[in-house]
Amino acid sequence: MTTEPVDSTHPRDESFWAHPVDALKVRTMPLEALNLNVQGRHLLNPLQGFGPLYRKRYRVRLEGADVSPQTVIQTWRENFGSFWPKGNRFYAPISGIAPGEVAVLNLASPVGVKLSTGILVIFADDTCFGFMNPQGHMFAGMITFSAYDDAGVTVALVEPVLRSSDPFWELSLRLYGYKAEDRHWIQTLTALARHFEVSASVEYESEVVDPHYRWSATKNVWHNAAIRSGLYSMFVQPVKRIRQAASRR
Amino acid sequence: MMQANVTVELRRPSDRVAVIDIQGEITAFAEPQLMDAYTRATTEGADAIVLNFAGLDYMNSSGIGLLVTLLIRANRAKVSLLAVELKEHYRHIFELTKLNEAVKIYDTEADALAALASN
Repeated sequence: MTTEPVDSTHPRDESFWAHPVDALKVRTMPLEALNLNVQGRHLLNPLQGFGPLYRKRYRVRLEGADVSPQTVIQTWRENFGSFWPKGNRFYAPISGIAPGEVAVLNLASPVGVKLSTGILVIFADDTCFGFMNPQGHMFAGMITFSAYDDAGVTVALVEPVLRSSDPFWELSLRLYGYKAEDRHWIQTLTALARHFEVSASVEYESEVVDPHYRWSATKNVWHNAAIRSGLYSMFVQPVKRIRQAASRR
Repeated sequence: MMQANVTVELRRPSDRVAVIDIQGEITAFAEPQLMDAYTRATTEGADAIVLNFAGLDYMNSSGIGLLVTLLIRANRAKVSLLAVELKEHYRHIFELTKLNEAVKIYDTEADALAALASN
């Protein structure tokens, strides 16, 4: 972070935050991206989700790498999806990870259906960027990616604060998703470290901030991205393919 | 560990109300100071905490995550959390992250204390 004189009318972080949005707007996406469950959705914060609230930290120390936190974040922002494990795709907006931009996620599921959801970039500066999730995403919450100097060693950190967004997601997460989520970020940080020629273990900690279920959030299931993606692949996609095939004849 | 660039002070305008004055930056590194002030306030019997953001000059998304965590802890302990002296920019952040739906926001500390007194 740079040190600048305090301006009481314009805080230092003013240009790093997205503006409030009513509903997400997806800009142009590649043709291969399954773009569902994002356009028009509202954001959900952790207070609006269903399941227990977790705060997690995944941390990797880039010992031996002569790289600043700013370089790590710049590299991470520019190549965010490339550090993801195979099977999950992050379709960044054309302008990249910048405040106010919307990305589409296509995620692998254990039942073979491609799940489509998205995120809004709520914050991005030279040492930190953060996302918030829309209705339908498995998690109501926010996640921050940052890098900092710890006694001469640059550390990369992923910090989600999240809870499942509805009871269907909570069941899926307990059966499969929570462990998959952990594996995803551990593999992502391992790949990021490898990019800087560091072979390091990812440290992980998790805290239950609120163990209770919020039954008033059951209605979030209406937007459940897994259900909607599944219905799309079962009913809409086959019809589209038939129409495309017919139009070619 | 990186040093937090924040100063947090606790004041007790009354037995049941605590004011936490925040000066500097709210990031993940502010957690020890902020949580220490919260714990002291609630241990000493406060059931309403006013967060004074007059001195806030930087917050990132991990800082908002910290505030969400603080809010949920306060809700679980049945402690009211109020925010005062938020610059327009930070009100927009509260609106973006929907924290404004969970935290009562007042222009000044006097307004917040008056609202608490009338309740």
